[in-house]
Amino acid sequence: MVAKRIIPCLDVKDGAVVKGINFEGLREVGDAVKMGVEYSRQGADELVYLDISASREERSTFTRLVEQIALGIDIPFTVGGGIGSLEDASRLLDSGADKISVNSAAVAHPELISDIASRYGSQFVVCAIDAKCIDGVWRVTTHGGSRLTDRELFSWAREAQERGAGEILFTSMDHDGTRNGYACPQYRRLASELDIPVIASGGAGSIGDIAEVLTEGCADAALAASIFHYGQIRIPVLKGELLRRGITVRI
Amino acid sequence: MTVIVDYDAGNIRSVENALSRLGCEYVLSADKAVIEAADRVILPGVGNAAEAMASLSAKGLVPVIRGLRKPVLGICVGMQLMCRHCEEGDVDGIGIFDCDVRKFTAAPDAKVPHMGWNAIGNLDGKLFKGMNGGSYVYFVHSYYAGLCSDTAATCRHGNTLFSASLRYENFYGTQFHPEKSGEAGALVLKNFLGR
Repeated sequence: MVAKRIIPCLDVKDGAVVKGINFEGLREVGDAVKMGVEYSRQGADELVYLDISASREERSTFTRLVEQIALGIDIPFTVGGGIGSLEDASRLLDSGADKISVNSAAVAHPELISDIASRYGSQFVVCAIDAKCIDGVWRVTTHGGSRLTDRELFSWAREAQERGAGEILFTSMDHDGTRNGYACPQYRRLASELDIPVIASGGAGSIGDIAEVLTEGCADAALAASIFHYGQIRIPVLKGELLRRGITVRI
Repeated sequence: MTVIVDYDAGNIRSVENALSRLGCEYVLSADKAVIEAADRVILPGVGNAAEAMASLSAKGLVPVIRGLRKPVLGICVGMQLMCRHCEEGDVDGIGIFDCDVRKFTAAPDAKVPHMGWNAIGNLDGKLFKGMNGGSYVYFVHSYYAGLCSDTAATCRHGNTLFSASLRYENFYGTQFHPEKSGEAGALVLKNFLGR
């Protein structure tokens, strides 16, 4: 049985991880490769690196960083942020990324998903979706949640799957940053409507929240950032507790 | 010297990186003489089996690989190509391992592709020296080699028990990606490299 995955997410700007961290035994804050190695050593199953740079110069810095990450870590990693073309995806694949995630550009040009998937395979394409609930409808947003679109979460997720996305990474903007738990009913519905794996993101505040989204929420993986970076939850402790609760995880 | 067979079989950067991490010198080559002179040969593979087999054939490497008497490791599609037949593209393989490669049937508890970390058991042979059954390794594939007399490790996806690894004389194969499987994967590569 495939293990449920625990995925720390690292935001990178101009070659460095932006959010501070608080690992035991690792004081060098901001080094994307060292942080990845440390998370890998702790038992992370995968890593997501998001490029939150604004300029073209910073993007080329990120590409070089991806090469170093690929050389340094021995678990799969996804890179995302600002991927707008097949060429962007090719550049990151050549740098050693195992997967790329598309978000805003895919909403504007859904054929981007098909183009990348048909060239490099579905396993390479993660469709990230940021959505918020407005008047009972889960509306897709872009550009970090700042722009509301007419698309609806569940139909867009289905379309992404049909176009060849290999995974859906859904972030509830209503839950992100609250640390009050994930949007479980929405993950449960996504899991029932899709054939591809669903990664939950946004709202993790406790081990119980992660256990809930992996069981009640039927998510295949749980992604989180700050609770890992600030040392609030250590991955070995988290996985030990998930295992104790009967959830299949890699120890 | 370790040679990674260079035959346009998708992204092999991660295999190169893994060997670099282990301090192993390697060359990429599709040259018959270089491959035959190597101490060890790695046949990587990502993507479509039929296209990979066509590429291997076009470079004249099928009989070269079949004739090698040194350790050979096929990874993922590389391992599948070393089997008798691949359902993907209905293509005959190199025919080293005594089994066929078929597509998984999707089920609610067995999504296809089979992607992620899964436990392997019934470990047999030098690749798994020092590893305990139940160790987790990383898989990404939609087709699988069934169980056969060459099976060297097993894995379960839904109701399907398949070969996570195959072995015949000097030939080894892993369906999983040792280069992406953390410490467990590094151990498999070290065992293959004799380190």
